Amino acid sequence: MSAILSSRSVTKRFGGLVAVNSFDVDIPDQSISSIIGPNGAGKTTFFNCVTGFYTAEEGEILFKEERIDGLRTDLVTKMGISRTYQNIRLFANLTAIENIMVGQHPHLKTNWFDAVFHTRRYHLDEKIALQEALRLLKFVGLAGSGDLLARNLPYGAQRRLEIARALANKPTLLLLDEPTAGMNPNETAEMMRFIRNLRDELGITILLIEHDMRVVMGISEQVSVLDFGMKIAEGTPDQIQRNPQVIEAYLGRGAASGLGLASARA
Amino acid sequence: MPTSMRFNWVRVIQIGLIGGVLALLVSLVGMVQEFSERDIIAGVITMGLTVLFLIFMLTGYIAAARLLEKPGVLTVIGSALAGLISAGLLALLVLAMQEFNLRPVLVYSSPQLIKILTFDKGLNPGLFYLLGVGMAVGVLGGIIYILPNQIRRAVTSGLTWVALLGLLQQLIQVSLGRSPAVDDALAWMFGKGTEKGLSTFGAIFVFFVVALGSFLWANQGPRVRGRIQALPPSGQRSLRWGGIALLVFILFYLPILLGLYLSEVVNQVGLFILLGLGLNIVVGFAGLLDLGYVAFYAIGAYTMGVFTTASGELVWAAGWNFWQALPVAIGMATLAGIILGIPVLGMRGDYLAIVTLGFGEIIRILALSDFLKPFIGGSQGIVSIPPAQISSFAANNSQRLYYLIVVGILIALFIANRLRDSRIGRSWKALREDEDVAQAMGINLVLTKLLAFATGAAFSGLSGAILASKLGTIYPHSFALLISINVLSVVIVGGLGSIPGVFVGSLILVGLPELLREFAEYRLWIYGALLVVMMLTRPEGFWPEATHKREFHEEHNTVLEMNP
Repeated sequence: MSAILSSRSVTKRFGGLVAVNSFDVDIPDQSISSIIGPNGAGKTTFFNCVTGFYTAEEGEILFKEERIDGLRTDLVTKMGISRTYQNIRLFANLTAIENIMVGQHPHLKTNWFDAVFHTRRYHLDEKIALQEALRLLKFVGLAGSGDLLARNLPYGAQRRLEIARALANKPTLLLLDEPTAGMNPNETAEMMRFIRNLRDELGITILLIEHDMRVVMGISEQVSVLDFGMKIAEGTPDQIQRNPQVIEAYLGRGAASGLGLASARA
Repeated sequence: MPTSMRFNWVRVIQIGLIGGVLALLVSLVGMVQEFSERDIIAGVITMGLTVLFLIFMLTGYIAAARLLEKPGVLTVIGSALAGLISAGLLALLVLAMQEFNLRPVLVYSSPQLIKILTFDKGLNPGLFYLLGVGMAVGVLGGIIYILPNQIRRAVTSGLTWVALLGLLQQLIQVSLGRSPAVDDALAWMFGKGTEKGLSTFGAIFVFFVVALGSFLWANQGPRVRGRIQALPPSGQRSLRWGGIALLVFILFYLPILLGLYLSEVVNQVGLFILLGLGLNIVVGFAGLLDLGYVAFYAIGAYTMGVFTTASGELVWAAGWNFWQALPVAIGMATLAGIILGIPVLGMRGDYLAIVTLGFGEIIRILALSDFLKPFIGGSQGIVSIPPAQISSFAANNSQRLYYLIVVGILIALFIANRLRDSRIGRSWKALREDEDVAQAMGINLVLTKLLAFATGAAFSGLSGAILASKLGTIYPHSFALLISINVLSVVIVGGLGSIPGVFVGSLILVGLPELLREFAEYRLWIYGALLVVMMLTRPEGFWPEATHKREFHEEHNTVLEMNP
């Protein structure tokens, strides 16, 4: 499998702090990959570099063999990368359907003139947008709550709505930032199945940031471990679980030497 | 539970004191006194006392709401106490005024105020009257709180309408006076001769009619609506067309009905509606806080002035008519919107507000400058701007200008409405909610922001152009910062992002002060108070933005379960 996203020695500094330090990673096409690491390890910073929120000082990011580092966020999205956020960032005062319809923005063509004079393009766009929104709503299991304001949805539903909104961008690579944060074990299991579905049914490559090791080890095919901005390990979940450096990063030096083999559960 | 009870009594006393301080304030700034010139109900209650009563009533109401979970007899006692305390502070004021001469500091603490507060009965029974009235009105507030929802609404709307009709009696009678038959037929409702306000019988009549109407609508409204929805589509369509025809009819005959002066008021409200519709796009939809909005108004007006003036004092004048200059005026304002938009693209919130504020001032100062004086007249402004004209119909008085403004509003309304429900409107709202995420959704921030600035500026330019032809002369000081603030207040009071809210906001903030010119001194005072109260109690505005229903609800119960 070829890599859909490659990061070549990407470095991002904030003043004296090196948040991401010469990070290399290849995300295979149509895989489910994870980036893990303790808090503050630079995972979300890396996401922000990929999506154009930040510009990396050094290194390059390739998406489908094209440079995307330094590209404006909306253009990155148009190339086929979308993301969700660690702390859910929905458009709180728009309805669920409107949230998803905003996600379709790059694929609609209505301009000012169309909107004011209700041209055929407007009607077509609105029809497509609404149908697609209803379809996605159903896909993420939110059929029936489409007219609720996003802020009035329960937590789990908000997470899924955020994914639906990201899917409306029609991405080929989806970045999920802690999709199961704050969920109970049932919801987490459900979310794992859902993520797997995304890849299997839609063929979307998935890159996760996750703290819940059951999720990471359960669904990822490739895991990269960051600590203080540096990649300290990479491999299959099995390899990562046995890696002494990873155990040290998570549990401390004493635990790592004491345990030897750890059933990695943070 | 005695402990929580005692705590609540403290609350009641607090609320009573707050109400009392408010009543003191209103009395000492002279509102009570000035407002006492006018009767709401002829010979019974003046407007000044109405303001005080309103405070007592609110005090009683809030005390009732805060006192107990479940309303009961105690609630009424609480309201009575709160009202009594509020009135008590006023009574103390009266005593203090008797004892000391407060006038050097508080000009309005005059014998006249004492007279009003003691109901002209002297200190001995008068103060007790005051306390008694405070208590009684407080109790009324408490009772209103206890009443079941529908009845409460009926009572409050009845009282509101009595106050409103009493307040606007003169205007109503003047505009009805045009047809003596109607005037005579309604004469019993109003005070006789020089008396202002409603007659006692009229007040009771209005109260009961409005209360009954409100009550019936609350009960029967859903059924009526259901019956309308049950009509066949053709029936609904004819009903809708009937409604539109009625609206057009009213819009057409309004200025004839209202007469010159009231049409002028309507026109001013109309210009603010136009401005509000534009600013609502910028601030309400796109969330870009623009404090220099008056700049585009000025640019629209000045462009109209320069291109149409017949004065010959300017170095360059096109001598065009209104219709030729109008597109240029709108175009210039739009262009200015874009030019202002470019430097502030990267700014948010407070920073954006400050920069736009500066831009508004720059335009005004430029208009005032000697440098540009040969071109746009400096402090003397531009004179002899001709009115808009279609063949022989010149919009040269307020009744005629009205039609021009209505057409302008309808166009702006149409555009704003359609943009709101499109991809563009959605991207504006996304921008308002979260700029970063909006961009991550593939929205081009530059284009989207500029489009909002440009559209908003275009409406403002249109409004300014009409203003220039309305006034015939324009001066730099017509475009002060206060206009920006007023328009922003209109948008906020109506409800950010709400198009009907702009109409409501303009009526309240521009229409009412215009109608109550005699109290212009207190205009800003009331303005400020209204804004504070609004933000505390109804931050979403008088007519909040409606959410659009797009999904037809199928099954409600499956909503919250996980089944992807």
